Amino acid sequence: MTSNAIEARGLVKIFGKQRAVDGIDLTIKRGSIFGILGPNGAGKTTMLRMLLGIIDPDEGTRTLLGSDTPLSVAHQIGYLPEERGLYPSMKAFEAIAFMGALRGLPIAEGRKRALQMLGEHGLGAVAEKQVRMLSKGMAQTVQLLGTLVHEPQLIVLDEPFSGLDALNQAKLERLIRAQADHGVTVIFSTHVIAHAERLCEDIAIVAGGKIPFHGGVSAARDRLRPQVRLETRRLDGPWRAALPAGTQAQGHFWNFTLPESGVEPLLIALVEGDAGIESLSIERPGLHDAFVAIAGDEAARQLREEKEELAA
Amino acid sequence: MKELIRASWVIGRRDFVAVIFSKAFFFFLLGPIFPLAIGVAAGSIGGQVSRDIDRPQFAVLLPDDQGHHVMRARGDLARFLGARGVPDLVLVARDGQPLADQIDSLLNARTQSKNFVAVLSGTLDKPVLTGPQSQIDRWQGRLKLVLEKARAQNRPVPVPLETQVVASSSGTTEQSRLVTAQLGQAVLVLLTMLLAGMVLSNLVEEKTNKIIEILAAAVPIDAIFMGKLLAMLAMAIIGISVWGLLGIGVFALAGGNTPILPPPATGWLVFIALGIAYFAMAYLLLGSLFLGIGAMATTVREVQTLSMPATMGQIIVFFLAAYAVTRLGEPVEIFAAVFPFSSPFAMLARAAQLPDIWPHLLAIGWQFFWTLIIIRVGARIFRRNVLKSGRAGSKNRLSVWKRMFVRS
Repeated sequence: MTSNAIEARGLVKIFGKQRAVDGIDLTIKRGSIFGILGPNGAGKTTMLRMLLGIIDPDEGTRTLLGSDTPLSVAHQIGYLPEERGLYPSMKAFEAIAFMGALRGLPIAEGRKRALQMLGEHGLGAVAEKQVRMLSKGMAQTVQLLGTLVHEPQLIVLDEPFSGLDALNQAKLERLIRAQADHGVTVIFSTHVIAHAERLCEDIAIVAGGKIPFHGGVSAARDRLRPQVRLETRRLDGPWRAALPAGTQAQGHFWNFTLPESGVEPLLIALVEGDAGIESLSIERPGLHDAFVAIAGDEAARQLREEKEELAA
Repeated sequence: MKELIRASWVIGRRDFVAVIFSKAFFFFLLGPIFPLAIGVAAGSIGGQVSRDIDRPQFAVLLPDDQGHHVMRARGDLARFLGARGVPDLVLVARDGQPLADQIDSLLNARTQSKNFVAVLSGTLDKPVLTGPQSQIDRWQGRLKLVLEKARAQNRPVPVPLETQVVASSSGTTEQSRLVTAQLGQAVLVLLTMLLAGMVLSNLVEEKTNKIIEILAAAVPIDAIFMGKLLAMLAMAIIGISVWGLLGIGVFALAGGNTPILPPPATGWLVFIALGIAYFAMAYLLLGSLFLGIGAMATTVREVQTLSMPATMGQIIVFFLAAYAVTRLGEPVEIFAAVFPFSSPFAMLARAAQLPDIWPHLLAIGWQFFWTLIIIRVGARIFRRNVLKSGRAGSKNRLSVWKRMFVRS
């Protein structure tokens, strides 16, 4: 058994003249929580659909749980698509059992598990109600339970937090952690960085159909230099020459990126120049900053390339 | 293959249960009963009108004894030919008017009980029939027969004709089996036309409710198509069974006599079994095509727009099969039997006319093979065009066709 849940090499998908996914490589370890981050239209959903075998890649290869034909391991996979969908006339517990049956779970066992799961998630009272009678949040929970009912080894959630209130978002985070605690691999896409920062060990940042970053959350944050916030009593003096280029001034506050040489030479220059240091803080960048920088650079690069193509 | 069957079963069971336990299914069952009831009512009214129109009366204005001879002769002939085989005659006495005036008044007097279309006057030796040309042309032959019979009243009894009965002659057997073939084919076409078109809109629910993504990620598209087709076929068979039983019940309650159809060449039991098999095949063949076409539609409106050309296609297939039914063994009939969409209709007509069983086994296998081909092509086109799974920029036709049949 391979130690990776997913391995993809050089995946390409072209719609018309647009390269929606442009040669991505991806490796996701078994038992991890993996976040796929990217702005809307970056190619996250197309990538997931290719990985799951809903659509075929134009180029490249992928293996899911060691198989290069995703449908052959469909029984071990749970998938919650971005566009939620249930048969409106089905009862809630039947909908869950049906989704389990699609993935090979016997229907009677599916019904039994569905009733139990609905009870555990506070929806026991609506188990016999038709999906069309449920609130949007309830229907979303029903679909999520349908994704889990057959106890998959790999769970793929496309934008699972969208449309959920804060309470349900927290519930979903707990549920994802609980699955990972049982050794299940959970992959989710999101454009809300906070969820990935709280949940994931590894992430991939998708922008313009490419993956400009793939690795640990910490490594992504380390891509950016720490930010320094300095407060001085004086506004001018020879000490200002010691501030690095690109420093932004806001009254008595000075914001700049920590120089490669570190904070010590700077401090000496400020003290000797009598800047009157009131406070100095060094902040490590968050994942959000790293994401904006990485995805923004990629988006800018793509824009530049498109302009060059047009000019040519 | 095992997974394909399992997944088809899951999809089919869901669809079948959803349809059978819906209110719409009740109206589906009622559907054909309304036109049938209207048809029966219209038929009985039309029949009555037709009977009234088709029973013209003739006034017999002959001297008294000759008039009675004519009436007796008409009665004798009616025993052999049936009441509708000889004209209705009414004996009328002379009323003292000039003959021409009386004939004129008889032809123009219209009462509830008398409605003369012509008047027979003169004598038995020199009879005169007065009336419109069309009525004279239509009835003079049978009136001559009555008059001849009346003139022969006092002659000896004609020589009795001895009869020897055989079970059938080749001419009558062929002719009568043709009737069974045509009727069987017509019923098969009618049922297929009524029911297969419903498959057109079968994937709209999944697409509208975004369920297709969940299905496509879990099971092969072929299984979705196959499951849906089988569910609709099962529903159609339930509908036909209900209508059939209802029809038999109503017929029995009304005390009707069972109409006797000429027996088919294969025998009734095999013919009925083949009828069921060919209905299933016709339904699967047309249904798989319609499902594939309907799957491309994104809205109900698009499905409605597609239903017209689909119906026209069915009618063309029916015309081909109907044309071929009287040309057994000719190239057109062989083509109709081989062409997948007309094959079930043409082969059922064959079952009525020829006793061989093996061509039917071959045909059913052939039709099922084409059903699978159409499902596979439909599923691949669906993946390509609806799920946007097509490979861009491929110019190699061979590789396109190869991908149609090789799973990724």
